[in-house]
Order: sequence, then C-alpha cells, then structure tokens
Amino acid sequence: MENNRIIDIQNISKSFAGGTEALKNINLYIRKNEFITLLGPSGCGKTTLLRTLAGFEQPTSGKILFNDENLLDIPPYKRKINTVFQKYALFPHLDVYGNIAFGLKIKKFDKATIDEKVANALKTVGLKGYEKRNIDEMSGGQQQRIAIARAIVNEPEVLLLDEPLGALDLKIRQSMQAELKSMQQRLGITFVYVTHDQEEALTMSDTIVVMREGEIQQIGTPVDIYNEPKNAFVADFIGESNIISGIMVKDRVVTFSGSTFDCLDGGFGENTPVDVVVRPEDVNICGLEKAPLKGTVMSIVFMGVHYEIKVNIDGFTWLIHSTDSANVGSEIGFYLDPDDIHIMVKG
Amino acid sequence: MTRKYFAYPYLAWMVLFIVVPLLLVVYYAFTAEAAGTISFSLQNIAGFFSTTTLNVFAKSIWLAVLCTVICLLLAYPVAYILASSKINSRTLMVWFVLPMWMNFLLRTYAWLIILDSNGIINQVINLFGLPSAQLLYTNEAVLLGMIYNFLPFMILPIYTALTKIPRNLYEAAEDLGANSTTKFFKITVPLSMPGIISGFTMVFIPSITTFSISRLLGGAQTMLFGDLIENQFMFMQDWHAGSAISFVMMILMLISLYIMTRYEKAGESSGGLW
Repeated sequence: MENNRIIDIQNISKSFAGGTEALKNINLYIRKNEFITLLGPSGCGKTTLLRTLAGFEQPTSGKILFNDENLLDIPPYKRKINTVFQKYALFPHLDVYGNIAFGLKIKKFDKATIDEKVANALKTVGLKGYEKRNIDEMSGGQQQRIAIARAIVNEPEVLLLDEPLGALDLKIRQSMQAELKSMQQRLGITFVYVTHDQEEALTMSDTIVVMREGEIQQIGTPVDIYNEPKNAFVADFIGESNIISGIMVKDRVVTFSGSTFDCLDGGFGENTPVDVVVRPEDVNICGLEKAPLKGTVMSIVFMGVHYEIKVNIDGFTWLIHSTDSANVGSEIGFYLDPDDIHIMVKG
Repeated sequence: MTRKYFAYPYLAWMVLFIVVPLLLVVYYAFTAEAAGTISFSLQNIAGFFSTTTLNVFAKSIWLAVLCTVICLLLAYPVAYILASSKINSRTLMVWFVLPMWMNFLLRTYAWLIILDSNGIINQVINLFGLPSAQLLYTNEAVLLGMIYNFLPFMILPIYTALTKIPRNLYEAAEDLGANSTTKFFKITVPLSMPGIISGFTMVFIPSITTFSISRLLGGAQTMLFGDLIENQFMFMQDWHAGSAISFVMMILMLISLYIMTRYEKAGESSGGLW
C-alpha cells in the first residue's frame, strides 16, 4: 500500500433501517494533505460517507483504515478527525472562546496553552479578538469561521466539512472558498469536503469523487472530471452538457443528429448505441455551407462573457456558449472538433 | 391597529382576577380595624416576624426545598429517558400526566388510605408479623404527598427543554472528544437549565403555599405556611393578618425568583419569569 494514504475505504456499504441503501460497496483512498470533495446530488450518499468517517454512522459492511489502523473500532470521540457541521452546530450556551476551547479543555491542556491556541485559531479564520463574543451576535459567515476554528484548533489529521458554505450567500461563499483552500494548504490538513455545488468542487479540490445513489461514478482531478467525464451523469452534473443519442459506427467514427463525425474514442464495438456528450463551449459556429449541423435559433441570452444560444435540431435542443451573436429564428450552422466529442456507454 | 380590541377581554380578565385581588391583599395588609374604623397600620406586617410565624415559614421553606430537590432528582432521569427514547415518547408521557387528570384532593386522599395505620402498607408490614408504623401525620407523609402531586410539573418543562436541544450539538461535542459523561455535563445539563429553572419554580411555589396536602397528610402536627394563611382567614377571621403574611411571602418569593433567574441568565432563553 502506498504510505501517503491516510484513509483507505474498502468495500463500505450502508443500509438504513428502512432498507434504503445509502452506500453501495464504496472503495476510495484519501491521500495525506489532499483536498478531496465528495460531490453529488442530495441523497447520493456523500453525507453518509462523511458521517461514517466521523463515526456517527456505522457501515453495514466493509472496512476503513486510518493510518493503517482499523478506524471503525475507534469511537468518534477518540478519532483524530474533526468535523465542520452543515449548520455549524455551535454551542449556544458558550461564547466564542468556550466553543473553540471545548475540545482543548477535554484534552486537559493548561489555561495558557488553550488561550494561545484559541487566539491562533481565531487569527487563522480572520476573527482575531472575538473571544468574548456570544454566538448569537455573529453573522452566518462569522459563525462558519468559528465552526472551522473550533475544528482546526484540535489539529486534526483529517478535517471533514459537510456543505459548510451551503447557508451563506454567494459573495461570502466565493471568498470563503478561496480562504478554505489556502487554509488547507497552509495547515497541511487533509480536507474531506462534501458539496452538491459542482463549481465549488471544481475550484477547490485536488480530487473530486462524483457520487450517485450510493455509488461512486468517477474519481479524478477537476480537469479530468470536467474534460473526460466517464458517463452521461457525470457530464451532466459537472457543468452543462449536450447529451445526444448516437451510434458508434466503428472505432473513432460516430453518427448523431443525421451526420457522421470523427472522434477520438474507440472500443465500443460496431454500430453500438452510445451517448455523445458535447460541452456548450466546444460548439463552433461557422458558415452554413460548410456546417455539418444546422438548426434554428430558439433563444439567445447575453451572459456577460458569452451568449447562451439554444438551437433546435430534429427536436433536440443544443446548448451553445459562443462569443458570436445570432438572431432568434434564423438558421445557424456549427461544427465540432474530434477531441470535443465525448462518447459514453449508453446509461 | 384595530386588532388591539381583541385583547380587551383578556385585559378585563386580568384586572378582575389578578390586579383587583392583589390590590385587595395589599389594602388589607396595610390596614387595621379598630372599633369599626379602618386605618393605615404596619402591625400586621410586623406580625409576620413573630417567632411562631417565622418558625412555620422556615419549616415550609425547608419542606418545599426538600420537595423541589427530590422532584428534580426524580424528574431529570425520567425526562432524560423520555426525551432520548426512540419509541414515541408522547404516549409514554401520557402515563406521567394521567394522574393529573384526577382531582387533586382525590389523589391526596388515596395516599391517606395507603398510609393509614390500617392502610395498605401497614397491612403488608403486619403480614410479616411486624407492628404497624406511624406513617400518616408526619412530615415525611406531607413531603411524599407534595412530591407525588408536583412531580409532573418538574418532568414536563425539563422534558421540553431536553427535546429542544439539537441533535447535532451532541455530535459536535463527541467530534471534539467528549465521551458520554462529558457530553451530559457540558451539553445536556447547561442546555436543559431553562427547563430546570421553570420546573423549580413550578414545584417550589405551589409546595411552599400548599395547605390541603399538609392538612390531609400532616394533620395538626404539620402546620405549614399555607395552613397559617388559611387559618387567619377561615378561623381567626383576621383578613388583615392573613393578607399581611401573604403579602410578605409574595415579596420574598419574587426576590428569590429574581435572584435565581438572574443567576442562571435564564432570561436569554425566555423561559424565566423576568
């Protein structure tokens, strides 16, 4: 086993009392100092997996190794893992200092050490000198910072974050994303981050784990996941996509929307039905006479950097991001480069 | 704007049943009747500080404190189990509230039958060839009656406070290294404090002023403060002395409540009186 693996999840399954299978045979390893994101729609099992790591859920079967030790034998309060909870879960009866010092007091540090560690943690989250404040006097963003400070002050080896930015508004969320990322790099802690926000996942993560209905769909770097989605679900969930039914004629040749295209994929066999995925920004508008695909513009919306154009071809609505404009009702043509056509097994 | 008219019946009710009686108590407390004329007087108030009254007062407080503390010790585990039980705790709760549907006096009479010298307990004792014990007309009998009657008033607010504690706070505490004992003392107890305080109030005040329980179960031996006030009104026909005692006690009670709620900062949780 590679020794930079801090957590090794092996064949973890979890079914709840009602019979719902939250996790189906999950295999995943997490490297030291990695920012790994569990991404998926609600109900995909990402939170259950996180809670299993924290110790609040016991898996039905499988094994988790933490630094080569069996993690499932260790009760939550003894794990060197801390959690930032979705709704912060700050203690309302304690002030900021009391919240952050909670874990340190249990570990019986002396007063001077606790004071110093609390002050440092507050500095890290940018709330220096807030020790004596009450929790309910603080804004959502500040409460979130306290929750992070409360976790990192214990110097965990792994920090679990359960949709920590979900309740914040866009502006604060974006600045917190950048801050979390730099905090992770500075502190050298492994972050396991749960979110349903694909943009958040793409901007912050070293590794993204896309999950759906208790199963891992794809594990990879943000670039891999975005450019080489393994199936139509991942393609659709990460960014916007055109997903068209097509026929793989033979290796590197595919037909869809009434035209034949060269592509880079192969190994699907001959005349196999497949899903063809094309990112909206990979569609190139060109003159009608040379265009393999032609359609009527249904709508056009100015998005700032680009126009979002919807074009109807044989009943399928293509989504196109282009810096070129077009008139609604007019006919436009476009082509696709072979490396922008992604072929997937029909899902 | 016009909605405030809706509150008028309540206002009238308050004036009629709370403000007027209170004013009457104050009026009688500070007046004396001599030869048919009524005049301002402090002698009734001074009467409160006589040795006999103070002795009764001390005994009442002692029994009320005992009753409240025992109620708390009994109620907390019950409320805790109810609040954390997986099965529908509302149905369980009914069993604790059920006795309250029966008339208060009737419930107390039931203890009369149980504790009587020929009562159920003594019959059982006699079966083993032991002599009957004097159970009724003791301080302990009064205490038992008070605990029995007031226990639900301690369980309910604590139960409510416990169910209001968000689950994720326990998980957060556990995550930060708290074992079950630490979780209980650092999360459960402080966050259920508003319930403990309102339970304390709801048990302490009725038990300090009770007269029917002490009359029935304590007989003539146990004279409590409630009995004293009742005696002044019903037997001595001295409304002035009775009102004065009631008034002083009310003031003392308000002061103690104020100190208690201030001390616990319960005002924050809006559960206290202040």
